Amino acid sequence: MVPLNYYLLLSAFMFSIGVLGVVVRRNAIIVFMCIELMLNSVNLTLVALSAYIGDPTGQMLVFFVMVVAAAEAAVGLTIIIALFRNKQTVNIDEINLLKW
Amino acid sequence: MYTYVSLIVLFPLIGFLINGLAGSRIKSEKASGIIGTSAVMLSFLTACGIFIEMLGLPVEERKHIVTLFQWIGAGSLSINAAFQVDQLSILMTLVVTGVGSLIHIYSIGYMHGDKGFWRFFAYLNLFIFAMLNLVLADNFLLMFLGWEGVGLCSYLLIGFWYDRNFEKSTTSDAAKKAFITNRVGDFGFLLGMFLIFTTFGTLQFDSVFGQAALYEKGTPIIFWITLFLFVGATGKSAQIPLYVWLPDAMAGPTPVSALIHAATMVTAGIYMVARSSILFALAPATMHIVAVIGLATAFFAATIGLVQNDIKKVLAYSTISQLGYMFLACGVGAFTAGLFHLMTHAFFKALLFLGAGAVIHAMHEEQDIQKMGGLKNYMPTTYKTFFIAALAISGIPPLSGFFSKDEILWKAFADGSPILWAVGALTAGMTAFYMFRLVTLTFEGKERFDVHHTHPHEAPNTMTVPLMILAGLAVVGGLIGIPHSLGGGNQFEVFLEPVFEKAAFKMSLPYHDASAAEYLLMAVSVAIAAASIFAARTVYLNRTDVAARMAQQFPGLYKLLFNKYYIDEAYDAAVIMPIKKTSEIVLWKGVDVNVIDNVINTGAKLVGFASEMFRRVQTGVTQTYAVVFLVGILFILGWLMM
Repeated sequence: MVPLNYYLLLSAFMFSIGVLGVVVRRNAIIVFMCIELMLNSVNLTLVALSAYIGDPTGQMLVFFVMVVAAAEAAVGLTIIIALFRNKQTVNIDEINLLKW
Repeated sequence: MYTYVSLIVLFPLIGFLINGLAGSRIKSEKASGIIGTSAVMLSFLTACGIFIEMLGLPVEERKHIVTLFQWIGAGSLSINAAFQVDQLSILMTLVVTGVGSLIHIYSIGYMHGDKGFWRFFAYLNLFIFAMLNLVLADNFLLMFLGWEGVGLCSYLLIGFWYDRNFEKSTTSDAAKKAFITNRVGDFGFLLGMFLIFTTFGTLQFDSVFGQAALYEKGTPIIFWITLFLFVGATGKSAQIPLYVWLPDAMAGPTPVSALIHAATMVTAGIYMVARSSILFALAPATMHIVAVIGLATAFFAATIGLVQNDIKKVLAYSTISQLGYMFLACGVGAFTAGLFHLMTHAFFKALLFLGAGAVIHAMHEEQDIQKMGGLKNYMPTTYKTFFIAALAISGIPPLSGFFSKDEILWKAFADGSPILWAVGALTAGMTAFYMFRLVTLTFEGKERFDVHHTHPHEAPNTMTVPLMILAGLAVVGGLIGIPHSLGGGNQFEVFLEPVFEKAAFKMSLPYHDASAAEYLLMAVSVAIAAASIFAARTVYLNRTDVAARMAQQFPGLYKLLFNKYYIDEAYDAAVIMPIKKTSEIVLWKGVDVNVIDNVINTGAKLVGFASEMFRRVQTGVTQTYAVVFLVGILFILGWLMM
């Protein structure tokens, strides 16, 4: 039996990578993947804690998160494709139309 | 019959609604005219019915209050839409609807072919409606509603021909002048009403007058109430210092001048003073003011009337002068005499105005009497009726004006002072003079207009019949008030006495037996009138050079009178210009431009400056937002953990 702490530490590590990726990377697809990474790290926490406490509610919540993530992936990718068609780039530094 | 009193008020309202809302679609002058006229006639018939029933009742049961509904109820303030039917209000109702009906009939002929025919009748009906509210109201507020209503109709009708010029400006300016001058008076009326409410806690006539009767004579609060009420009366009834609007009100169609600015609306002030007689009786100081203002107005207006050349202007100043007489009567406590003159004046002054209207009609809108003359051959009916009215207003017995005017002069002598009488009698002489100057210049002598160009003609029947009826009334109207000294019973005074009982008791005026003095004064005033008539006829018929010579001999006086004592100019310089200048220099260029605009602009600039700085936050770089977001969350988490 792997102790709970390991799961949580892994999860925190994955989440930090995700945050870092979102903040520093310029490629929209990578940023997008990092967001997915954050979601999955949260999923991991939920499952681990659910097993630890013995309450299946957390595992159910994971399914919801996955459904939302799937939907988000579909919409997000669509936006990225649309952006690329218009601007011939997915570099988010160059996508700053909402500037003052 | 008493319960039908609301019908009196309702008929003109219906007439107004029909003509006002559907008038443009009726398209038939006949239909519009008949609707408007019959509305007032029905009111008159209803009023007659109530009057006849009232005569059959014993004196104590003649007063009734008919409540329709509660109009305003708030805290201790409760005001009913209620009508008070008593001797005074039924008298006024009869005058308003009776003379009003005749003038409506006349208007059918006079306004023939006018593009605003239906509009005219709608306004006239609305006026009658408002005036009836004024005279029938059982509380001050409903009276004020009518008071403002007649002011509105006066405004609408003075400016009826809004596309015409009047003297140096437009009819709209004349209308505005009337309305704004009346505002000043109305402000006084309002203040009076507020004082009445704070003093007595009600505005209902019966309870106000009932409580007032318990006050001592000369109580200061009553003095202020009556003074403010009288200020209101000077506005509506064109007395010094607020009379200036009435001469300009002649810009309206002539039937309007006859109905509103001679017979009915301008007498509202006298009615109000008479209605509040008990309050005035408690304030001897106000009574003196009323008498003096009334007499001064009568005198000065008559002097102006002596030299005016516009047929309607002469009549306008004559109206102001006669209204002054009525206030003189009220001021010496002879309320019945004032109302008697009010009634007879309604007859003969309406007749004079309608006659003038017929002349103006025949002369194709010419109003200058210097350009008339000899009209009696062209329009005999108008001439005869006009002549009768002129005799009546001059006070020649046994026409109506003699009885009413003499009553006032006698009361001014007996209850006032000989000075009041002397000035009054002098004014009566001037009245006779300018009236016969008018008659002579207009109807007699040689034609002073281009005979080949202008062909005066007698007015149509719709116009001459009202003239004849009014002439009949002007002749016999005085017979209901023959004084005791002349062997009459003075029915009029007996009829109205109960209304003024309390006031008479408070004033406790002595009873005057028929005395030698009365006969003497009567003879003197008749002699003055007759002499004035003779003088006027001589001067303007045979010795036409005398008038011009007089004007040359006293050029200063003549110019002063001709220019109406420069009162308009004085008001312009003393009141209007300062207000205009203050508005322009202080309020507009000072307060508005510098203060208000600056405050607003500074506020806007501050906001603009601040946003110029803060908008740098919005970089457009998504990741910056993400970092800020992250930092924020970390901060919140840290704070939560602590």
